[in-house]
Parts: sequence; C-alpha cells; structure tokens
Amino acid sequence: MTTHLPRDEQDASAIIRDASEKGILLSLSGQSTKADMGRPNQTDASISSGAMTGITLYEPAEMVISARSGTPVSEVIRTLAEKGQELPFEPMDYRPLLGTRAEPTIGAVAAMNISGPRRIMAGAARDSLIGVRFVNGRGEVVKSGGRVMKNVTGLDLVKLMAGSWGTLGFLTEVTFKVLPRQERMATLVLRGLKDAQAVEALSQALGSPFDVTGAAHIPARDRQGASTLIRLEGFSVSVDYRLGELRRLLKRFGGSTDILEGRGAEAVWQSLRDATVLTDGADRAIWRISAPPTKGAEFTKRIAQSLDAQWFYDWGGGLIWVSTPVDDDAGASALRDTTRELGGHATLVRAPAETRSAVDVFEPQNETLMTLTKGIKASFDPAGILNPGRMYAGV
Amino acid sequence: MTIAFPKPDEAVLARRAEIIEGLGRLVAPEALIVSEDERRAFETDGLTAYRQMPLAVVLPSSTEEVSAVLRFCHEHGVKVVPRGAGTSLCGGAIPQPDAIVLGVAKMNRVLDIDFEGRTARVQSGITNLGISQAVAHEGFFYAPDPSSQLACTIAGNIAMNSGGAHCLKYGVTTNNLLGVTMVMLDGTVVEIGGTHLDSPGYDLLGLICGSEGQLGVVTEAVVRILRAAEGARPALFGFESVESAGACVAAIIGAGIIPVALEYMDKPAIQICEAFAHAGYPLDVEAMLIVEVEGSDQEIDDMLRRIVAIAEPFRPKTMKVSQSEAESAAIWKGRKSAFGATGRVADYICMDGTIPTGQLPYVLKRIDEIAKSYGLGVANVFHAGDGNLHPLVMFNTNVPGEMEKAEKAGEDILRLCVEVGGCLTGEHGVGVEKRDLMPCQFTDVDLAQQMRVRGVFDPRWLLNPAKVFPLEGRLAA
Repeated sequence: MTTHLPRDEQDASAIIRDASEKGILLSLSGQSTKADMGRPNQTDASISSGAMTGITLYEPAEMVISARSGTPVSEVIRTLAEKGQELPFEPMDYRPLLGTRAEPTIGAVAAMNISGPRRIMAGAARDSLIGVRFVNGRGEVVKSGGRVMKNVTGLDLVKLMAGSWGTLGFLTEVTFKVLPRQERMATLVLRGLKDAQAVEALSQALGSPFDVTGAAHIPARDRQGASTLIRLEGFSVSVDYRLGELRRLLKRFGGSTDILEGRGAEAVWQSLRDATVLTDGADRAIWRISAPPTKGAEFTKRIAQSLDAQWFYDWGGGLIWVSTPVDDDAGASALRDTTRELGGHATLVRAPAETRSAVDVFEPQNETLMTLTKGIKASFDPAGILNPGRMYAGV
Repeated sequence: MTIAFPKPDEAVLARRAEIIEGLGRLVAPEALIVSEDERRAFETDGLTAYRQMPLAVVLPSSTEEVSAVLRFCHEHGVKVVPRGAGTSLCGGAIPQPDAIVLGVAKMNRVLDIDFEGRTARVQSGITNLGISQAVAHEGFFYAPDPSSQLACTIAGNIAMNSGGAHCLKYGVTTNNLLGVTMVMLDGTVVEIGGTHLDSPGYDLLGLICGSEGQLGVVTEAVVRILRAAEGARPALFGFESVESAGACVAAIIGAGIIPVALEYMDKPAIQICEAFAHAGYPLDVEAMLIVEVEGSDQEIDDMLRRIVAIAEPFRPKTMKVSQSEAESAAIWKGRKSAFGATGRVADYICMDGTIPTGQLPYVLKRIDEIAKSYGLGVANVFHAGDGNLHPLVMFNTNVPGEMEKAEKAGEDILRLCVEVGGCLTGEHGVGVEKRDLMPCQFTDVDLAQQMRVRGVFDPRWLLNPAKVFPLEGRLAA
C-alpha cells in the first residue's frame, strides 16, 4: 500500500485531487499512534502529515499558536511552556491505552477533538481551535477561522473539522488559542465516598464560585479506597483561599480530606487524563461515555447489573471511562441502552478490530442526523475517498 | 445606501393573499401580522439605515407551529427571515419583500433549570438577560453578555454566536451552548446535543452556532449556567499613548493574568461616554483601559495589586481602583453605553473587526487616517484582550453623502483588519452589512465550501437568503 508523505499543502492537494479523480480511497494519519481507534476501514493508500511539521506562528502576548498538522504535540507543549503557557484543554495522550510509541501530532488533536480533565472548565479542543487549513476531498485547499480568537465571519467550518476524524478533510495547519499556565495547582482529595455521594460532592464544587479545573472520582477497588479529586489552579494566595472554602463547603460529606500538590498530584491528573487509572488488563475493551454529570453514578449502577465493568469518573461525573470484557459486543448494547435512557453517548475507544467492525464505535445517530451527516460528508468529499467508514458506515 | 438587496420574486408577491391565507390556517390570528402599519415594526433591525417591508410576519408559540410554518414555506417556495428581538447590528434580521419574517419572541419561557448539573433549557425567544435573571436567585448566571443583553434573544445569540465584554474568561455563545432543538426548512425537527458535553458525530451544534439563520430555526436551547464569582471589581488606567496602553495589555497577559474583562477606549470615546455616564473617566489621556478581576475581596486585592505593579512601568497618568459598588457600576455604565452615548452626539456606524492585538497601535493610527480622509470622526471602544475592535464612525445623516462616506470608511477599516491578519466580524455577524466584503477574507474555494455545507440544510436558498454570501456565484450543494 502506498503511503504518501506530502511536503506541503500544495503537495497534499495534488495527491488528494489525483485520488479523487481515480477513486483511490485514502487513510489519513499523522504518526498513526491512534490507528487502532474508530471503525476499521479498507483503503487503497494512505496520506500522512508526518513530513509537514513546524510551528508557523507563536505570539505569546496574543495567546495564539499555529502549527503544521504533523507537528508533534510534545513540541507544541514545550514551546508554550517556555513562555509559561499551555493548551487549556489538556489533550489526552492515548498511547498508554493503545500501546503505541510514536509522537502524536497536533493535527490529530484537532481532528479528533482530544481534550482532558480541564475540559470541564476551559472547553474542549474545539473551543480553543480558532483556525484550520485543510485539503477537502476535491483536492481544494480551504481555510476557515484564522488567528484571532473572536471571529464569527462565515460558517464555522472549524467546528466541523474538529472531531471529524479525517472524514471531511486532510488538515494541513491548525491554530489554537492558549492560556497562561497557572502559578500553582493543588488538589483537594476526599476519601471513601461512594459514587453517588462523590458525584454530588463534585457537583457542589463545580457549582461553587471557586473555579474548579478538575473534578474526578476513582471508586474503591482491591485494597485502595475511593478518592474524589477536586483541582484548583491559580495564584498561590487564591488557591489557599479556595481550598479552605471548598473544604468548608464539602464538610458534610464527612470522611478524611487531604491536599495533593507537586509531582504526585501531576501524576494523578495525568493518569486521569490518559485513563490509565483503568488498570485491569490490556485485553479488556475501553469505552468513553459522555453523560449528563448528575446521571454519572446512576449510569454505572445500571451497567454494572449486566456487565463486568470497571470505571472512573471525570468532568464531575459527566465523563465515565469504563472497561469491559471484549466478549460478544464488549458491552455495547448495555451501554447504549443506558445512554438512550439517561442521555449522552458512548464511544468504543479500545477493542480488537473484529469488535470495532461488529459494533458501532460511535453512538448511532437517528435518521435525521444521519442524513445531515451524510450530506455534510458529501459536501466536503463527494467521492467519499477520505477515511471512508472510519466514523460511520457510508460516511 | 450601498448595499443591494435581491430583486423580489414577482410570482411570490402576486401570491401574497394566498400565502397569508395558508399561514392563517397554521397559527392563531394574533400570531399573523399582515397590515402595513404593524409590519412596519419589523422592517429593520439594529442596522436602521436599511428597511424592507416583509410579506407578512408570523410569531409562532411552539416548535410545532414553527415546523408547520416552515413546511408550508418550503412547499410554496416562500423565503423566510428568522428573527429574535431584531437587535442585529449587521442587518441579520432585515426582511425582504418576498419573504415572511418568522419571529421567535413569543416563545420566551424557561423550560427547566438544573442547578446541580449547571444547565438551563429555555425557549429560544427568551432574552439573554432573562436567562441570568431566572437563575440569579441561586447565584448563577449565563456568561455571554452582549451589550444588548436586555433585549436580544438567545435565538439571535445562537444565530450570530454573540460575544460580550466578559468572553475573555467565559467564552462566547458557542462555548456555552450544549444543545438545541432546531426546525429545518422542510419542517423536520432535529434535536442536537443535550445536557452532556461534546457530540458523538460531527459538531453540528458548533456549525449551527453563528450560521445566521441560514440552516434552520432554533426553537429551544440548552445552555451552561455558571456560578457567579463572589465579587468583581474594575480598575481604570489612563495612558498618554496608544502604544503604552497596548503594551500594558500584553504585559498583563504575559504575567499569566486573564482578567475577566479588559476593555479599551480611545480619547473620543472617553469624552463621549464620560459626558453621558459621569463615570469619572480621565479626560486628559489618549487611551484608557478598564480591567476587571473577580473573586473574593482578598483575591481581588491581590490581583489588582499585581496588575497595578505591571502597569506602573508604562507610566499611566491615571490609576483608579473602584472603591464601591456604585463606582464599579458607573465605570461599566460608561463602557456599556458607548453606542447609545455616541448616538446622542452623532449618527454612527459600528464596525466589528478583530485584529491580532500586536497590530493595535498601527491599526488605530490607520483607522484615524481613514476616517479623516473621508472628513469623519471616529471613536474606538473595544475588547483589548481579544482584539475585537468597535470603531464608531460618526457622521451626520442630514448631510447628503455622509452616510455613504461612513460606509466607505467602514469598509476600508474592515479591509485593514483582514490585511493585518484579522477578520471582518468578531461578534456581530456578517448579515447584509459585510456580505459583499466576504471575498476579501475568503477565497472562492473557501466560500464555495461554506455554501455547499449550507446547501445540505437549505438547497433552495429560502432561509435568510440575502445575507452572508455575496449575491453572485451562489452554490446549492
């Protein structure tokens, strides 16, 4: 199978135009660290952003950074850190879950709308993504958005590209707004809460005026007790004040509390971000469920009735990471019955290819939404050559 | 009067009686407005220089009625101009003679508030401030705060992806919207999103937000509500040069501080607003910043101390931290009434381009030169943290030709914004006002891709068709 490594946007445009004329189906990738996610699809060739690297604009005072899509995420993060800034949405690193090693690219962060714990406060990747350049399925170079953070000029195709998994276009350059990295991070930990209590405590914290930037709960298992984690960031004086206020606010939940800071705390949030909190074996399937936050505990209670599941919560209960056995449908029908009843959606993040072929990787959409989805796909990629079927059959 | 409207479809005009009769079967009599006198209230919006009488006005009271009306229009080839409160500054809600206006203002109820889950479900005709008022008793608020928030509807905010003075910290509409119920032109009702975060497939919510009523009519919305900070306090800084004010903004952000608001006013704007609001603005400076921070008293004190220390090297002529609620209110009254206060001294058009903030001194100098070259004055108020400019180009409507000059000056300013790396509109929308300038920001290919997406929702161009895209070269799908 041919792998194209375009040097630049024009090159990518020529490759895709040629493929569209000849009906060659293309897989789109960066460094392929997440190749085993999504629906497995059959393509004739692949095109990678691997040779299109480099930061093209960084203005710390304007809080904006642009990079070619193949630029390693690590390079973007390092460049920002040198000026005391960061990507506000805290993108997850999927490598530990998927067992891959190469350098994830910034283009994939945009294409898959990859976020982390701070999404609850600072928005997802799509909220920070302010500009894109891409090649559509016709081989045309298209831009949307730009380098300024307030921009409502024309239809917001930036949002469509974010989370479209390469089915609408091959991203060549992405621009994000960024934020200053805060002076101090501290985490208030409540010990020993049951899921429902924990979600209630997290809701209280998130509904307080104290700007919580992370709200997670790891249920008890084996010899480890449950911990409920509430993260605060800011100037030291302010963090101290808010820790005190939150402790008071959450006193009624009882149990012991302590405060985590420094490397240990960073490691905990990294394990939450990367879902490595789920430790029960590389052979199990992993699901990512976005649900109404107050339904989080009810959600797991229901699925536990029929599934041998392990889980933890982020986003105050609104993001549930679940591991299940890979047998049969890896729990798809039980999970989807529950999303239908309680709201939200479930995505199969890790499973063998045969499972990902057999069950819907993304939450199935109703007929009206599917018609719109197919129409949008055709408006970008009429020949259907870009990552066909990676999200939904026929898209 | 330089903006062209498409020639009305004579065949539709000839069928007016029949169309009105058909609509009359779908909604209550009081929801259908046909007399010339009553229709006149809908002939323009915030861009009052342009007026077009609609064929009829329909004000439905439910999603079902909206669906029935749109299905009828679809079947009979009648154009539809959706409308919230009609506060659009870019002419987004201006009708056309062969179109009906479909207003959502009667659908203004709060449907559900979930404080624990931090969401509110509302009908789309509720005002922006109405949402905040409905949740204020529990200390919550809806964050995006356009200056027109007393009047503008959430439907209009979604259509225009509206911003506000506090979006530096809280984001704009698209960052605070979780779900919508939308009716498409053929009457199909589609539910997008909900009370959870992020979408499973394509981000249709993100696409709809800011689509200027061209993809469908939003009848209900789920928005995020936030717990308000314990307190907030603004401070004023007056500078002797534009450069110092700009450099001070960069230094504040460089120090890792994101104030909840960071507003800039130039000398003419300060004079106009001070005369109106008596806010204690310094009259002897070239540029002024309003910097607002939030938190407990202790946090606010700490933050303002830091900001004052950062500002000092730029030699501010005035530094004044608000000492009371009354002073804070006066400071904001001055800023928020900038448009109204300007309207008392002159006619004006308000531009809305965004620029990279590093270009600020150059752009302000050029804006001044552009206005002078047309013999006009200009006052600048804008959101300094994000570079969203609001130059108010002043003119006298009674002097023949002045309004055209102001429009030309406005166009030159917007071209300048694009030239320096910015965009035509930061929060007001394209509407009719900036429609013909779209090719200076986008290539034909860029616009064609947008129009093809638009065509998926409305292939016949019946929804708000005179807006956003230049009248020539339109594509369906």
